[in-house]
Amino acid sequence: MSATHASSLPARVAVTDEAADLLRRLVGNHGPVMFHQSGGCCDGSAPMCYPNGDFMLGDADIHLGDLDIGLDDQVPVWMSRSQFEYWSHTHLTIDVVPGRGAGFSLEAPEGVRFLIRSRLFTDEEAQRLDRETAQH
Amino acid sequence: MTVYTAPGQPDSLVTVQGRYGHYIGGDWVDPVKGAYFENISPVNGKPFTEIARGTAEDIEAALDAAHAAAPAWGKTSTTERSNILLKIADVMEENLTAIAVAETWENGKPVRETLAADIPLAIDHFRYFGGVLRAQEGTIGEIDENTVAYHFHEPLGVVGQIIPWNFPILMAVWKLAPALAAGNAVVLKPAEQTPWSILKLVELIGDLLPAGVLNVVNGFGVEAGKPLASSPRVAKVAFTGETTTGRLIMQYASQNIIPVTLELGGKSPNIFFDSVAAEKDAFYDKALEGFTMFALNQGEICTCPSRALVQRSMYSDFVGDAVARVEKIKQGNPLDDTTMLGAQASNDQLEKILSYIEIGKDEGAKVLTGGERTILEGDLAEGYYVQPTVFEGDNSMRIFQEEIFGPVVSLTGFDDEADGLKIANDTLYGLGAGVWSRDGSQAFRAGKEIQAGRVWTNCYHAYPAHAAFGGYKQSGIGRETHKMMLDHYQQTKNLLVSYSPDALGFF
Repeated sequence: MSATHASSLPARVAVTDEAADLLRRLVGNHGPVMFHQSGGCCDGSAPMCYPNGDFMLGDADIHLGDLDIGLDDQVPVWMSRSQFEYWSHTHLTIDVVPGRGAGFSLEAPEGVRFLIRSRLFTDEEAQRLDRETAQH
Repeated sequence: MTVYTAPGQPDSLVTVQGRYGHYIGGDWVDPVKGAYFENISPVNGKPFTEIARGTAEDIEAALDAAHAAAPAWGKTSTTERSNILLKIADVMEENLTAIAVAETWENGKPVRETLAADIPLAIDHFRYFGGVLRAQEGTIGEIDENTVAYHFHEPLGVVGQIIPWNFPILMAVWKLAPALAAGNAVVLKPAEQTPWSILKLVELIGDLLPAGVLNVVNGFGVEAGKPLASSPRVAKVAFTGETTTGRLIMQYASQNIIPVTLELGGKSPNIFFDSVAAEKDAFYDKALEGFTMFALNQGEICTCPSRALVQRSMYSDFVGDAVARVEKIKQGNPLDDTTMLGAQASNDQLEKILSYIEIGKDEGAKVLTGGERTILEGDLAEGYYVQPTVFEGDNSMRIFQEEIFGPVVSLTGFDDEADGLKIANDTLYGLGAGVWSRDGSQAFRAGKEIQAGRVWTNCYHAYPAHAAFGGYKQSGIGRETHKMMLDHYQQTKNLLVSYSPDALGFF
């Protein structure tokens, strides 16, 4: 598992080795990709993977970080700002499991599904992230 | 007790072919690219048939068929369209048990729910829209003595519908019945987790509609759903699912300048005021069942009452009784008609629920009951089963804010009406809610204050065809069910007619 944030701040997102393998394959087939974390019904908590730029981003979204998967292009991870209000205290790791997700995420035809694994930030991580937030 | 034989077995009510193509233009056709995918039953986690893996080429073929059929269907008399919908309902009723068994095998939900709810509601939905269709009238406005504004309802033409996996047949019918009633032709894309049961329904009812009016293309979202949702050849897209795909569908719709209906889920509060416990009578028992409704359909309902808010003055007694009620839930083989809780619809859904149970524990929520995967015996050991689970915690926790879509309720207390409503509305979503009180005025006040499209009052999870269903806030746009759905699938044509022979005098 590789933590992947350029700054000295704790990374908000990471990716498992299995998910990174899959991402490299998807990039090979589709070009650079991105994630947008979904909410709501059905496959609501799934991270959706699209060709980078396919999903229109805006001020309603927040950039959580970039995943280093060993290629030139890192994989940006986004979430809607309103959802981030409720998720900001957790660190997210993108994993992959067998399954068949709905939605337009690129991995579904492979018979697998990206899945978010979450853990609470430690107190020390949370304080550093809070200071960063306070400065902005 | 009846245990239905699994579809495909020699003595089952339901036959299964080795593979299924698309239903396009009234025919069963092979996918253009020739690929199929395995369809798994969540009951035992094993594949049981193959389904056409549709692509943009198949969507185009379906759109060709729909466009060929739409003009005549849109001009068919309301009487004739109504009669066809009623006939569909009759055929479904004659085959209710077989359809219910197919739906259970497809989705994992208990057969007693498909027998008593999913399929009867779908039948009633066709009848309802067959009825209101004939009562719909345009309007006439008298602009002045010689000028009349006529308002006619016209179908949109060809619409695209993307169906979720939690109620594969009922959610398809919620979208199909009003669209067909209003005179549209449809290209329908079922969920890839549950592509088969709707085809079993089409085997029964397909011939009742003119060829091309209903087309079903299966496949993966990115390969079949996206070409449908982004097609400039559809006049509307209706989607049930999650927020990111919902935004993507709006993005495509903005490029084509077409309307969308989006149903994107919720995190519905179920509020129990302390008058509920004033007596231990039938109503108290009903309220305990209302609490337990989070487990209906394994929690895979957009309106799952997944946040239980209980007034502190009755908290410990009520919660004790409620947890005892939850522990009476019988989980097991979904094809056994005494089973109350069946299988989650897919492996990734199972994994997601288990990851949420871990987040809940990690955040310090207390497990009052459940909290583990269930491993059933024998052939069902690889099915996707989860224990009914009650968490006690705080509304700021992620298990209180995200739709887990499993048999998991997050429970917290509140002090008074204002406190309860504040917690209820502290969510991104606003689809469903429940209010339980013996004080009618309080229930009315609370129901008006909750920012949600459907507030069940002293009941939960009732879905009559003639009550409007849809979300506030990030739960979506538009409504489903109720005759107002006809408007969602129609254009307004205004003929502004002058009967005066006289010029205006401008030129």
